[in-house]
Amino acid sequence: MDTEIRIYTGGIIYAVICGDIDHHTAKGIRSDIDKAIIERDPKLLILDFSRVTFMDSSGIGLVMGRYRQMADRGGEVILTEVVGYIRKVFQLSGIDRLTKIVGDVSRYIGCEQRLDEEDIKEEKTDEAKAY
Amino acid sequence: MKQRLINRMKLSFPSCSENERFSRTAVSGFISHLDPLIDEISDIKTAVSEGVTNAIVHAYPDRIGEVFMEVKIFEDRTVRIKIRDKGCGIENIEKAMEPMFTTSHDEERAGLGFAVMQSFMDKVSVRSAPGKGTTLTLTKKLKEKERYE
Ligand SMILES: Nc1ncnc2c1ncn2[C@@H]1O[C@H](COP(=O)(O)OP(=O)(O)O)[C@@H](O)[C@H]1O
Ligand SMILES: [Mg+2]
Repeated sequence: MDTEIRIYTGGIIYAVICGDIDHHTAKGIRSDIDKAIIERDPKLLILDFSRVTFMDSSGIGLVMGRYRQMADRGGEVILTEVVGYIRKVFQLSGIDRLTKIVGDVSRYIGCEQRLDEEDIKEEKTDEAKAY
Repeated sequence: MKQRLINRMKLSFPSCSENERFSRTAVSGFISHLDPLIDEISDIKTAVSEGVTNAIVHAYPDRIGEVFMEVKIFEDRTVRIKIRDKGCGIENIEKAMEPMFTTSHDEERAGLGFAVMQSFMDKVSVRSAPGKGTTLTLTKKLKEKERYE
């Protein structure tokens, strides 16, 4: 299942991961998120687990990898909607020392605007004009 | 005391990553007549996924081999899952089981598969012979069913 990528103002990417996270699916999820990171060069990456149906240690690798990507760019990663069984896997990894796990993300995106495809297209033409 | 076996199943499949999902849902379906708690099902599915993924990723790194799985259910609600491969085997089992140890660096592996299995199951044991293959045994005793009367 595709990851739903939402773009916000303020350099924020909000990624809703959907379905099972295992070794088989991790590649696709990783490339969806990394594509957005490369395109947007965000300051903050929020990973939403509300639509995840299963996760094994591949999820730890996935988050660690995105953490490194973001840290290299001076950005941050936060995790949200992390229910009990997923939290249990993360707890083994000490990932909570690298990324925050938050219940309510409104502190981060409450004042930002979600950009739709039109906005992003406009942004691109504006950029092109600037040259 | 040796417990009486009340149910068992065997399964084998090629080491394609598509089968990771199949193998863990097959186990959860098989034990469902015991009415396990949601947490127990989730722990077992996660541990099976780790074990099967290891066979797929590490045992047969550059070919498709066969993965064998056997599940036994005993009278005292103990579930025993064996995951076996005829792959490359493990040189140093103790080392392999250390948290954060991984031999595959190209992919984003956390080296925490064994740590997950050990924390989610009652017992994890590994037998392996380099060049011959590995047998992983995962054991968990399910909680007694509540009696609603
Ligand atoms: N079935 C297997 N066959 C060969 N090597 C294995 C097998 N299972 C585990 N290993 C070895 O044990 C190491 C640790 O496994 P694990 O804790 O699951 O971490 P990861 O899979 O992330 O590397 C692997 O990197 C691999 O070297
Ligand atoms: Mg593993």
